[in-house]
Amino acid sequence: MTEAFIYDAVRTPRGKGKKDGSLHQVTPIHLVANLLWALQARNQNLDTALVDDVVLGCVTPVGEQGADIARVAVLYANWAESVAGVTQSRFCASGLESVNIAAQKIGSGFEDLVVAGGVESMSRWAMGSDGGAWAMDPRVNQYTGFAPQGIGADTIATLEGFSRQDVDAFALASQQKAARARAEGRFAKSLIPVKDINGMVVLDHDEFIRGDATMEGLAQLKPSFEQMGQMGFDATALRTYTTLEKINHVHHAGNSSGIVDGAALMLIGNKKIGKKLGLKPRARIVQTAVIGSEPTIMLTGIGPASKKALKRAGMEASNIDLFEINEAFAAVVMRAQRDLGIDPAKVNVNGGAIAMGHPLGATGCAILGTLLDEMERQDKQTGLASLCVGAGMGIATIIERV
Amino acid sequence: MTAVQFNKDADGIVTLTLDMPGRSMNVLNEELTGPFADAITRIEGDATIKGVIITSGKKEFLAGADIEKVYKMTRPEEAFELSEAFKAFLRRLEKCGRPVVAALNGTALGGGLELALGCHYRIAIDDPKAKFGLPEVKLGLLPGGGGTQRLPRLIGIQASLPLMLEGKELKAAQAKQQGILNELATDKDDMFAKARAWIAANPKPVQPWDDKKFRWPGGDSKNPANVQMWAIAPSMASAKSYGNYPAVTNIMSCVFEGGITDFDTGCRVESRYFANCVVSQVSKNMIGSLWFQLNGINKGSSRPEGFERSTVKKLGILGAGMMGAGIAYVSAKVGIEVVLLDTTQEAADRGKAYSANLLDKAMKKGRMTQAGKDELLARIKATTRYDDLKGSDLIIEAVFEDRAIKADVTRKAEAQLAKTAVFASNTSTLPITGLATASERPKNFIGLHFFSPVDKMPLVEIIKGKKTSAETLAKGFDFVQQIKKTPIVVNDSRGFYTSRCFATYPMEGLTLLAEGQHPRAIEMAGLQAGMPVGPLAVQDEVSLSLSMHIIEQTRKDLAAEGKTVAEHPGVAVIEKMCKQLDRPGKKAGKGFYDYPAGAPKHLWAGLADAFPLAEQLPQQEMIDRLMYAQANEAAKCHEEKVVETVADTNIGSIFGWGFAPFQGGALQFINAVGLEQFVKRSKQLEKKYGARFKPAKILVRMAKEGARFDA
Repeated sequence: MTEAFIYDAVRTPRGKGKKDGSLHQVTPIHLVANLLWALQARNQNLDTALVDDVVLGCVTPVGEQGADIARVAVLYANWAESVAGVTQSRFCASGLESVNIAAQKIGSGFEDLVVAGGVESMSRWAMGSDGGAWAMDPRVNQYTGFAPQGIGADTIATLEGFSRQDVDAFALASQQKAARARAEGRFAKSLIPVKDINGMVVLDHDEFIRGDATMEGLAQLKPSFEQMGQMGFDATALRTYTTLEKINHVHHAGNSSGIVDGAALMLIGNKKIGKKLGLKPRARIVQTAVIGSEPTIMLTGIGPASKKALKRAGMEASNIDLFEINEAFAAVVMRAQRDLGIDPAKVNVNGGAIAMGHPLGATGCAILGTLLDEMERQDKQTGLASLCVGAGMGIATIIERV
Repeated sequence: MTAVQFNKDADGIVTLTLDMPGRSMNVLNEELTGPFADAITRIEGDATIKGVIITSGKKEFLAGADIEKVYKMTRPEEAFELSEAFKAFLRRLEKCGRPVVAALNGTALGGGLELALGCHYRIAIDDPKAKFGLPEVKLGLLPGGGGTQRLPRLIGIQASLPLMLEGKELKAAQAKQQGILNELATDKDDMFAKARAWIAANPKPVQPWDDKKFRWPGGDSKNPANVQMWAIAPSMASAKSYGNYPAVTNIMSCVFEGGITDFDTGCRVESRYFANCVVSQVSKNMIGSLWFQLNGINKGSSRPEGFERSTVKKLGILGAGMMGAGIAYVSAKVGIEVVLLDTTQEAADRGKAYSANLLDKAMKKGRMTQAGKDELLARIKATTRYDDLKGSDLIIEAVFEDRAIKADVTRKAEAQLAKTAVFASNTSTLPITGLATASERPKNFIGLHFFSPVDKMPLVEIIKGKKTSAETLAKGFDFVQQIKKTPIVVNDSRGFYTSRCFATYPMEGLTLLAEGQHPRAIEMAGLQAGMPVGPLAVQDEVSLSLSMHIIEQTRKDLAAEGKTVAEHPGVAVIEKMCKQLDRPGKKAGKGFYDYPAGAPKHLWAGLADAFPLAEQLPQQEMIDRLMYAQANEAAKCHEEKVVETVADTNIGSIFGWGFAPFQGGALQFINAVGLEQFVKRSKQLEKKYGARFKPAKILVRMAKEGARFDA
């Protein structure tokens, strides 16, 4: 198998995913184009004709981020016409899925150079507005035990005995770590300010982080999923988790991932193309993995996916120096840490989606970039990024610095 | 005589009167649709016809589809064709180019209402007895005559769904308010006058769904509010149905998909889901029991022949506790004069106040008037005097379960009665034959076992003592029907039929607990099996201390008879809960559950120590144990002739102790599993869990013969 290397990683800052968010003024395709231009500029004025494909994740591919935004972004960014583009969705894992697909394209020897990443303008195209059989079609919904993710997260907390205080403490730590990382410029290597068509900067920092968060403030937030749970979704979870009498609703806006806008890209290729372009590989993609897990609780796939990746790579969790585990909800990461038996000090050292937000299609690629930057900063060798995924899946990617 | 009379008047208005010969009600079958289609052909070909009024020559408009025909269908193709044919016929009707008015002189349910929805305008007589709705789901079916397409397009997706998912039956005024009926009339003349007026004013009506400018009331399935509703509707449905009712799922699919497609495609989709329901085991179970067997019971299949129908004018009730008070209410409600007797006036008054309380609640919901309340209460006389019982046709004794007390009140009451009066005991545990020894007229002595709460529970178990006469049984049967309950007839035996079989359900749950299964998982297994309440919760309601009392009584009785019988392993759990742990049940606020004031009950945390967890069984294994235990006991009762008919056994199980309705009752459950498979699985369970699962002899024999339980 051909080895696949990460040559570069870029991302936009994450803008608050509401109408008062800075990136609400920017089209999703423009977010992607900004990053394509940055990749070009940062990599020896990349000859884009050498890129085989652009693989983008987008979880709500409707409206102006609908159809195949990857191909249209290639054209709009004025890259070579010969560069293809594909858009896919593996729900919240889409950004990392793009990286994994790129690694597989390179690994198979079929292609040499691929851009992978994702985009999501959650402020413009609301999550779920693309429908889908799972939630919409009542017989599918009923047969598969559909419940919103928050119900799954609260079910995890109930099963694991995580109290409201436990999950709030986790959320507070995420805010504090992210605020410190931002203040120390730890994101600077990958962060590309979003500029408008005039070249004026629209946003140059992650604006969702609440460095002033407190336990008292978090304690005042109302549980987000209690009402819908009582309307019927709790009953659906309780039919599967038969040892539970009720669901303890502990998650709220402050300990769940934030709704934000953003995009992320990576340049991935084989050794030969790197040499040809005069680029230095930053890391090797060691292993990728995806798994399916119980769909109603939905968010327990991180442990199994990571274990699958580790096993196939002939590694143990203890061989990994740093982890990025997507903070979909506090309980998700807390449970994943337990499942993997890992030291929380190695996980999300610069905070996560609770503090910074989760631009669905982009997040997986963004956190892998953050992981790589941090591995370089701390001079660590191995890293693993993993996300829980809608409809009960998990994804993991192991990288190693070269 | 034809089933559809065609009358054209001077104004060119045709009145089609549905009046099937030899039937008391119109039903949808070829006998009706054949001549109906001919009439439509005539209308289509006659330009002088200005409008059509469809009405019925019977008391009711149209009761619905011919269930017998649907029940016999086993191929989806034939059910699909049936559904398609009826809809094609309705399409012709609503597109005939002339105004068509449904003049609903009485109840229009199911196919009857679907026919009316295929008319351009619906006028009903405002008769409080007339009912309108699409109740197909109650038999495991769905409205296959376009109902799932027309109703949502008429009143909106969100308003129509509960009507079809719950099979609600509405009164005329409610149906008008919901937009299902267009107009109400005071009587037939008014109805026809209004129909003619509407025809005159609307010569070229188009159904909303055939109008190019049609917009869904409340939006189609893509509307954001409906998308949100569709996401949670299945969870809400499953919270009640536990996914056991395919018709519920199929109704949602019809409405959802119909809300995306055009009308005609929606109709085609409906036919496919209708066919799926028709051939489903669940609809066969439900139609077999809840339609044919129940109708048979209501027609008197278990009532001895040769006795004129009797009515009770005056009823005496001994004991004004919970049961006596409930019996007083349901009896006074149907116009019976009730004497409610207790040892103190205070106790008797308290029993009467139970009725006042129920009536106040009904008034708050607008279902009762002050005058109606006063009238009903005036029929109940609360007293302590036995001579007030004079002139009673029937006495029901509902005093404490103690032979001596019962004997005493029997003698005192009988002293006041005419020789023809019937004396009934509401005992749930004591053999009737024994109680009858206190009576001067054991032939007139019978058991009438009511269920609590009496005003809600639909069943009465009639128990024949050894000496109970056929005439007394007939009178008891008539009374049960007079108070609008369903009678089943059983022979005198310990626990009779329902109590004996019901007990196997909580007892198996308790056994699972003793074996170390998680208490919540046990409860969930019961609910998933289709039982209304989990086995531990229901044991709490019955009360552990009462069960303990009965167990001890049984031990004494058996010892006196010199018998020893192996006790159910669940007995040890009751004993432990009562004797060691002081958890006597719900009434005491502590059983398997805790009952905190003002908060929902929750499982007692102490169960974890009292019954430590062991390796957990799959849910299906627990479900099988809970269901096989009940079904096998019911089969034994049938074998021992405690309950003689299949209909009584099935209906008694559903109405008496809540046996999963979708299974069609305890014996139908065995049919559906298959006798051979049931015996095989029972033997496996016997080997793993004990002798109580040993299949009843009758089952082993029937399995060999390839027989099944048919009514």
